[in-house]
Amino acid sequence: MRFIFKTRYDQDIGLFPHRGTVFWYSLLSVALVAAPFLIAPYYVGELSFLFIWSLAGLSLMVLAGYAGLISIGHAAFLGIGAYVHVYLIHRGVPFLPAMLSAGATAAAAGVVIGVPAIRMRGLYLAIATLAFSAIVQEVFVRWEALTGGSRGVAVPKPQFFGWSLEGEVGFYYLCLSVLVVCILAILNLLRASTGRAWIAIRDSEIAAQSMGVNLAGYKTLAFAVSAFLAGLAGALFAHKVGYLTPDIFTPILSIQLLMLVMVGGVGSIHGAIFGAIFLVLLPTVIALLRDYLPAGIAQQPALEPGIYGVILVLMVLLEPLGINGLWRKIKFFFWQFPMYKSATFKRQKTYMRTERLR
Amino acid sequence: MTILQARELAIRFGGIKAVDGITFDVAEGEIFTIIGPNGAGKTTIFNLISRIYDASGGRLLFEGIDITRVPPHEIAGRGIARTFQNVELFEHATLLQNLLLGQHAHRQTRLWEELLFLPGVRSSERKIRRRVEEVIDFLDLQRYRDATVHDLPYGVRKIIELARALCTRPKLILLDEPSSGLNVEETEDLSFWIRDIRDDLGITVVMVEHDLSLVNDVSDRVMAVNSGRLLTIGSPATVQSHPDVVKAYLGG
Repeated sequence: MRFIFKTRYDQDIGLFPHRGTVFWYSLLSVALVAAPFLIAPYYVGELSFLFIWSLAGLSLMVLAGYAGLISIGHAAFLGIGAYVHVYLIHRGVPFLPAMLSAGATAAAAGVVIGVPAIRMRGLYLAIATLAFSAIVQEVFVRWEALTGGSRGVAVPKPQFFGWSLEGEVGFYYLCLSVLVVCILAILNLLRASTGRAWIAIRDSEIAAQSMGVNLAGYKTLAFAVSAFLAGLAGALFAHKVGYLTPDIFTPILSIQLLMLVMVGGVGSIHGAIFGAIFLVLLPTVIALLRDYLPAGIAQQPALEPGIYGVILVLMVLLEPLGINGLWRKIKFFFWQFPMYKSATFKRQKTYMRTERLR
Repeated sequence: MTILQARELAIRFGGIKAVDGITFDVAEGEIFTIIGPNGAGKTTIFNLISRIYDASGGRLLFEGIDITRVPPHEIAGRGIARTFQNVELFEHATLLQNLLLGQHAHRQTRLWEELLFLPGVRSSERKIRRRVEEVIDFLDLQRYRDATVHDLPYGVRKIIELARALCTRPKLILLDEPSSGLNVEETEDLSFWIRDIRDDLGITVVMVEHDLSLVNDVSDRVMAVNSGRLLTIGSPATVQSHPDVVKAYLGG
C-alpha cells in the first residue's frame, strides 16, 4: 500500500505528485530521445505520426474533455493549420513563424466558430461544428489560389535556417518537442485558474457563472486554444503526409479525433496520448488480424470502421473513462494492494442534478 | 447600514408574475430569511439578485450601487455568493478544486503567465490555497479534501457548496434551502455555522428555508412571500403568527 504524505501546498501545485512519477517520466523521456537510434526508420515514422495524433487529441481534449464543448469539426482546424502553413512555406516564410501563424489562423477560426457556438451546448454545438467543418472543406476545394483545389498541393520538407530535415529522425524530434511543449503549456493552464474555470463550465455552467467565471470568455478561449493546437498539429501533419488534398480533412477525421478522446479517456491528458496510441495501432492490428480471420470476414470492405464502431460502443458501455480509466484502476489496485475493494469503482446513479436553470 | 435594497423588484415569465413588485432591505450583519409556500418566488428572488434572471421591473442596490444590469459573472467579485437548492457542484473535480474555483472572482494571474507557470502564478496559487484551507478548517472538511465530489454523500455536498460560496470572500451570502436533505444532526451543525458565518466572518446572510425550527433559531428577520407578492416582514414569531402567512400555508 502507498500513502502520499503531504506536508506542503507545493505538492498539490507541482506537476509531479510524488517522486515515483518523476522517475517514470524521466525514464520515458530517455526512452523517447533514444528511440530513433534503437528502432527501424519505419517505426520512427510511425512514432512521429503518433505524436501528431497526440497533439490533435490534446487539442480536442482541451475543448471536449475539459471545457465540455463537443466538436465534430476539428478536422477543419487541422486543415486550416496545414494549408496556411504550406502556403507560407511556399512564400519563403521560415518554418517556425509559418507554423505559429498556422496555429494563430486556426485559433482565429476557432474564435469565429466559438462566438456563435457559446450559446449552444451538447448535440446542437456538435452539429454546428460539423457544419462549420463541411463549409471549411468546401472552401479548401474552391479556393484554388491558396490550396490548389482538389488537385492538391505538394509540401516541401521542413527547413531550419537553411538546414533541411530530410530524414525521419529529424522530423521525429521536431514532432516530439512540439508535443512536449504543448502538453506542458496545457498542464500549466489546467493547474491554474483558467483550467479550473474550464472544468467548472463543463460540470455546472450556472455555478461557474455565480463564482465569477465569464462563460462566453472562457468558452471562446477554449475554442481558441484548442484550435491553435489543432493548427500546429495540422502543420506537422502536412509535412508528414507530403501532399495536401481537401479530402484528407473530412468529417471522418473529426470523428476519429472524437473517438480518440472517448477511447483514451475524457478529461485527462493521459487519455489523449492513450487514445492516439490506440488509433495508430489499431489499423496495424486489424491488418495483422486479417490473416487469421475467416475469408468471409477478413475481406469485408468496411471491416475497419466496423471494428472502430464496436470498440467505441463497448468503451462507452463498459469503461466510460476510457483507457485512462482502466489504467487508473490497475494502478489503484497495486497501490492499495492487499486492501483493494472490488466496489471501489462501482458506478453509482445520482438523481440530484437539477435541469431547471439550463 | 443597509447592504442590499430591493425596490419594487419584479419579473414575469410570459403572463406569470413570478415576483411582483417586492421591496425589502437587508441590513449589514443580519440573518434574513425568506419563507413561503412552494412556487412563491423565493428562489426566483435569489436568481434575480445573482443576476441569472433579468428583472423586468424594479431595482436592486448592493452597498448603494445599482446592480440590476450588472453581468452575472461580476456579481461574485462585488461580494455576493450563493448556494443552490439542488447542489450545483463541479462533480468530476475534487473538493479542493471546487473550493479553489471559489476564488475565481479574485483571479490575479494572466493567461500568458499561467501558460508558463511563472513564479507569480505559483505564489498566487499558494495564497488562494491558504484561504481555501481556512474555509476547510472552518467547516471541518479536512478528510474530504482530495475526494471527488461525485463520490461524496449529499449532506457533505451541501456543506461543500457552502464552503465554495465562502471561498469567494463574500460580504453577502445567499443560501437556498441550506438544510434540505440534511438530517437532524447536520441541520444543528448548520445553524451553528450560519451564526458563525455572521458573527466570526462578518458576512450578511440571506436564506430561503422551510425548516421553521432552523428559521426561528437563527433569523433576525423573516420575510414571507406568496405568489410573488410580499406578505410581511418582521421577527420570526410575528411573521409566523401573521394572519396572511397562516392563510398562505393553510389555505382558507
